[in-house]
Amino acid sequence: MAKSNKPIFWGLFAAGGTVTAFVTPALVLVTLFAAMRFNMDMFTYETIHAFAAHWLSKLIIFGVILVSLWHAAHRLRVTAHDFGIRADTVVAYVVYGLAALGTLMTLVYLLRI
Amino acid sequence: MNSKPYVREVSKTTWFLSHPRYQRYMAREVTCIFIMAYTFLLICALGSLADGPDAFQEFLNALRGPWGVLFNVAVLAATVYHSATWFNVTPQAMPIQRGEEFVPGHLIVGAHYGVWAVVSLIILVWGM
Repeated sequence: MAKSNKPIFWGLFAAGGTVTAFVTPALVLVTLFAAMRFNMDMFTYETIHAFAAHWLSKLIIFGVILVSLWHAAHRLRVTAHDFGIRADTVVAYVVYGLAALGTLMTLVYLLRI
Repeated sequence: MNSKPYVREVSKTTWFLSHPRYQRYMAREVTCIFIMAYTFLLICALGSLADGPDAFQEFLNALRGPWGVLFNVAVLAATVYHSATWFNVTPQAMPIQRGEEFVPGHLIVGAHYGVWAVVSLIILVWGM
């Protein structure tokens, strides 16, 4: 069988889709509640920082953001095509560049927390 | 003989408006814009967390403005639509065979909704 790196990327894409589907709505609810001042005691710098400072939390945060970014980036590429944008190479550079930038930012921020 | 080939006129930009099924497809496609934007909101939160208490408070203040609430409501609607539409097609996307028989679709869909509920509950209990 011919070697291909497609299964790796396809696997990441599927993982991203699964994580996004199961996790993101509840995450959005948490930030929505934070925005609506429902959980004032929980949403303080001290509690959030204490959570994010643990290595396991960092690993989970990095994993969730990583697969969300790359999954959304790949879908954005397809969506651009569906809206009639046929400059696929440019679109690919933009969306994967965005995902790469987000990954780098996440990495730097997590290391500084 | 007519040598002129028949070319169907299909708009590259508005083709999906012609059929409700295409509209639902595009509605689902568009949810990825919201998911991408939301992921960057999380990254901004991380950045403010790394910068210290003042930066984090500034992030919270921005989040608590009308745009922050509106953005979260829009993303919530988009992600719930994205999740539900994915779970509903899982029997077609990944059919499970047990011996000769295929596991009934409603069991696969039901299992996904069950896991979704549990995962959401864990995140909510933990994030409140």
